[in-house]
Amino acid sequence: MKEAVLPKPLRRPEAPQYPAYDTAQVAAVLARWADTSGNLLPILHDIQRALGHVPPGAVGQIARALNRSRAEVHGVITFYHDFRQAPAGRHVLKLCQAESCQAMGSRQLTAEVEALLGCRLGETTADGAVTLEPVYCLGNCACSPAAMLDGRVLGRVTRAKLERLLDAVGRG
Amino acid sequence: MVKVCVPRDSSALSLGADEVAAAIAVEAVRRGAAVRVVRTSSRGLFWLEPLVEVETPAGRIGFGPVDAADVPGLFAAGFLGGGEHALGVGPVAEIPFLKRQERLTFARAGVTEPTSLVDYEAHGGLRGLRRALSMAPAAVVEEVVASGLRGRGGAAFPTGIKWRTVAAAEAPRKYVAVNADEGDSGTYSDRMVMEGDPFVLLEGMAIAGYATGASHGYVYVRSEYPHAIAALEEALAVLRAAGWYGADIQGSGFGFDAEVRVGAGAYICGEETAMLESIEGRRGMVRFKPPLPAIKGLFGMPTVVNNVVSLASVPVILDRGARFYADFGLGSSRGTLPIQLAGNVRRAGLVEKAFGVTLRELVEEYGGGTRSGRPLRALQVGGPLGAYFDSSLLDLPLDYEALARHRGMVGHGGIVVFDDTVDMAAQARYAMEFCAVESCGKCTPCRIGSTRAQELIDRILRGEDAPANHAQLLKLCDVMESASLCALGGMAPWPVLSALRYFPGDFGLPPATEAARVV
Repeated sequence: MKEAVLPKPLRRPEAPQYPAYDTAQVAAVLARWADTSGNLLPILHDIQRALGHVPPGAVGQIARALNRSRAEVHGVITFYHDFRQAPAGRHVLKLCQAESCQAMGSRQLTAEVEALLGCRLGETTADGAVTLEPVYCLGNCACSPAAMLDGRVLGRVTRAKLERLLDAVGRG
Repeated sequence: MVKVCVPRDSSALSLGADEVAAAIAVEAVRRGAAVRVVRTSSRGLFWLEPLVEVETPAGRIGFGPVDAADVPGLFAAGFLGGGEHALGVGPVAEIPFLKRQERLTFARAGVTEPTSLVDYEAHGGLRGLRRALSMAPAAVVEEVVASGLRGRGGAAFPTGIKWRTVAAAEAPRKYVAVNADEGDSGTYSDRMVMEGDPFVLLEGMAIAGYATGASHGYVYVRSEYPHAIAALEEALAVLRAAGWYGADIQGSGFGFDAEVRVGAGAYICGEETAMLESIEGRRGMVRFKPPLPAIKGLFGMPTVVNNVVSLASVPVILDRGARFYADFGLGSSRGTLPIQLAGNVRRAGLVEKAFGVTLRELVEEYGGGTRSGRPLRALQVGGPLGAYFDSSLLDLPLDYEALARHRGMVGHGGIVVFDDTVDMAAQARYAMEFCAVESCGKCTPCRIGSTRAQELIDRILRGEDAPANHAQLLKLCDVMESASLCALGGMAPWPVLSALRYFPGDFGLPPATEAARVV
């Protein structure tokens, strides 16, 4: 009888190298939500709250704990606008881009703030001080245009008002 | 001790309400005045925010909009006694914008402290749940059916019928899932309920649970609403401590509890099946229907999915009876609708009225015209997927059928006002841009169509074979409307088609014939 010819095992590609992160903090978050069904979003929120972002290296740790594939976890992280895979600037400024704010000049305001900070929506200033992001409605439509600076909602926003607040938190 | 109310609503906070409250407390100490600063919810008169209300024997006297710097002047003018001041607006209940409303769901807005159960009960709270618990569950369902309440989230499906389906389903577990992913621009009524009167939502949820046999609830709140999340968590803890949530509510043998789930910035999760996916910890991808969530919803179990305002309207229906509620409104649009005025409008705020009020009354009488003072040019009714109307349609009544006849929708009740500086081609393009950003990607018409539509609009604007590209855009919109899996792709064409219909000049297209304007 002829000896079976088995295909040569494929050489696994090198595991990608991710920056180190605080595995203990992630483990603590995972433990906290272990008994909750449908717990992936709360876990990702808590990791981001603790570490400022969801480190790509943590995907494997999360996937193992939840008995889900890394692809699935990665898919969830990348689906939602809130989750970051890299740290943001020291401050996060979100400018509302939706209709009610458009009716009150948000397009102009956005252009002015981009010029002021020297970065576009979705970017961080060169000195790492401010990340500028779009947001689609803060529910502050009666006081348009609206913005959010480090989680604080702002209404009837003007360029001058933003400049003052950014100076106060110490941009630059 | 004079009671001074300062709202803790996030719109008021966004205009400095915390600073105003602190300034009042400091100034009171400095002057040795006996003042108790109470953080209430907002009346929804946002052009006056921060609106400070002083309780006097003659009722609450309002001052607004107040800046922290105005506070010493208010004290000097004797505002604690309701004294005259440039910011004075008189007795708040007499302000015409508020006085002419029919506030049922928002009866407590601006009146109570959001997380005080004592205050809530003193203003009619928990009466609906008490009465429900004394009835058979099926009778509760029929009461809601008889009220004519339809889903206030946008789809307008009769709430009671949905409950009936869930109640009839046999399953080991059932759920109540509240859709609090209020992503439509120009809307904030869900936010006002959750921040300003969280108990009413939780009471409505418990009634839904009792009526349908569900024992667990989820409130799926968007992450853009941090104050709503905090208020709900606080209110839940209060209700649990008082025995109104948890196992065996008030000795009735009925147990119900709920948890708050926070979204992560995805408009599509306002679509009910995408929301269920998200609660289960997955990408917010729309599910095929059937099966309906009422049969097979969260974790495969029968699930009541209702909008915040729908559920918040249930306690008053149980308390006052179906007939009382149904007597508001007309035709098949029963009850009241919280309408939200937004955008370029002088008096932006919440108007709760019976169905049938016209757009003109809302925008001109309540809203007072544009904030910029320029002529009104366009209105978008019903959120980013709602139609744009021009000023010739201002006499339309705001009810489900009348708007549907003009290819529009009530949606979640938001009206965004634009003045004559608006470029309607840019607004139409934005509708498709937004659809492309927020599409879940499951179905092709929405995922690809939204990008192709932007390209077609760009070509029309550049004057590249405009008639042919216009025809192609209409065809693409038809495909998106007919073949998309959910309302995002299915309705993103509405703002585009309506902008083309009423404002063809903005696209460089010839004026529409009268026939083209009639739909």
